[in-house]
Amino acid sequence: MSDTGGEVQTHTVRLELVDEPGELLRALEPISEAGGNLLSIYHERGNLTPRGHIPVEVDISCAPTRFETIVESLREAGVNVVQAGSERYDEELVVILVGHLVDTDLSDTLKQIESCADASLTDLSLSAPRGRDETSSARLRLKTRSGTNGDALAKLQEIAADKELQVIQPLTEASQ
Amino acid sequence: MSGARLCVLGAGAVGRSVVELAEEYGHTVTAVADSSSAVVDPDGVDAEAVLQRKSDEGVVGEADPDDAVGGAYDVLVEATPTTLGDAEPGFSHVKQGLERDKHVVLANKGPVAERYGELRELEADSEGKIRFEATVGGAIPILSTIEDFGPTHITAARGVLNGTANFILSRMAAEGLDYEHVLAEAQDLGVAEADPTFDVEGIDAALKFVILSNVLADGDQEFTLEDAVVDGITDIPGTALDLAAEDGRTIRLIGESTPEGVSVGPRLVPADGPLSVTGTLNIVQLETTHAGRLNISGRGAGGPETATAVLSDVSRLVD
Ligand SMILES: NC(=O)c1ccc[n+]([C@@H]2O[C@H](COP(=O)([O-])OP(=O)(O)OC[C@H]3O[C@@H](n4cnc5c(N)ncnc54)[C@H](OP(=O)(O)O)[C@@H]3O)[C@@H](O)[C@H]2O)c1
Repeated sequence: MSDTGGEVQTHTVRLELVDEPGELLRALEPISEAGGNLLSIYHERGNLTPRGHIPVEVDISCAPTRFETIVESLREAGVNVVQAGSERYDEELVVILVGHLVDTDLSDTLKQIESCADASLTDLSLSAPRGRDETSSARLRLKTRSGTNGDALAKLQEIAADKELQVIQPLTEASQ
Repeated sequence: MSGARLCVLGAGAVGRSVVELAEEYGHTVTAVADSSSAVVDPDGVDAEAVLQRKSDEGVVGEADPDDAVGGAYDVLVEATPTTLGDAEPGFSHVKQGLERDKHVVLANKGPVAERYGELRELEADSEGKIRFEATVGGAIPILSTIEDFGPTHITAARGVLNGTANFILSRMAAEGLDYEHVLAEAQDLGVAEADPTFDVEGIDAALKFVILSNVLADGDQEFTLEDAVVDGITDIPGTALDLAAEDGRTIRLIGESTPEGVSVGPRLVPADGPLSVTGTLNIVQLETTHAGRLNISGRGAGGPETATAVLSDVSRLVD
């Protein structure tokens, strides 16, 4: 915890820079001025956007409120910020689904989770019983964007409820 | 005042233990009632004889239960069955005690979980006070710890507060047995009741976490069972526990209380973490504002265990 607006997290900003000397430096200035800690810069030279700009991905670590300030000051400095947020899939979420997993189309369930809950499945273990009528269990390991485990869980609950599946979830992040 | 005169309502596992242990704590039982009978003696009832009569004849004496509530005592001990909704007969017992300016100690969760605001109003108009340590986690001093810290210094409480559900889940995990099998075993051992609904559907745990939320909210908000999101353990297959174990985890029926809300349900917890207690043990974690996390565990149920909490409350009221 820090007293500067929440826990320090990694944030990714995607910038589009005009191909001119000094552009990158100009873009990075507001970040350090606002107290963001630069972790990495991915400068895709030669890979131009449809509008002829150079896409740059910058990873910054700072508290969420400070991050908002950074994005604001970037925009004020005239830098084109195309995507900003805690965009990294760097948090893990493990849940167990219980119910008629196979009958309710497991692959569809997983697809829904990946798209609606905005999580990517990294590992699946299925334990199906012998009889068809019994319930089976699946353990899902998901990567989620940092700070979004709560939202992802809520979506997951919705998707599961539609198929009458039970979600055994971990305790909320704050309590682990 | 040192010793208190007690009126004990309810002569089940808890009430009987209170009657049996009161003297050891320096208190005198002047009345005992069950559902159909009572014994009243301003000089103190003969505890042994009363307990003997209860087990031989099913009654505690010749008097009417109303005579007990109206008799001479300092503290009324409410140990009748926990009921939902109107929380009767417990609520009326507490009301009568407070209206007579007596202190009341509850083991009965019903009134504290379902009609907390009304209880506090009755208390405000009375010379008497209420305490209810025994309603949450039996012998474990959870409420008195919260009281010591002050509710505003505790941001959340979570943990395992139902020994029956915990016994079932930990046996399922350890032995690879299914729910029905372990439930039957628990019933044979007397760990689960013939009708285990309250325990396995999470209702008993939810009542306790509702009480915790009421205490943590400290009058800002009132909770009842209806406000709690409750899931039980009856649908958990052995395969789910196997999958959890493969990943270094296990499943426990965990409740969470914050000043904003209450939930109870099966949750994944680290297999070697503090929340994965085994058998009928209970544990509560308190999240404090300045002192990190407190873990308190122990026996959450049983006659003598619960009576211990009741009698500690009595001593706090009169010492
Ligand atoms: N057992 C535990 O470990 C534990 C732990 C914490 C809290 N509690 C709570 O403590 C309370 C008592 O538990 P317990 O296990 O002792 O229950 P119990 O064994 O079912 O005993 C309940 C007692 O209440 C009596 N009763 C019922 N209606 C009454 C009335 N109108 N007036 C006077 N007495 C009445 C019953 O009388 P008869 O004998 O005539 O039927 C019985 O003696 C419950 O609310 C329970 O939830 C229990």
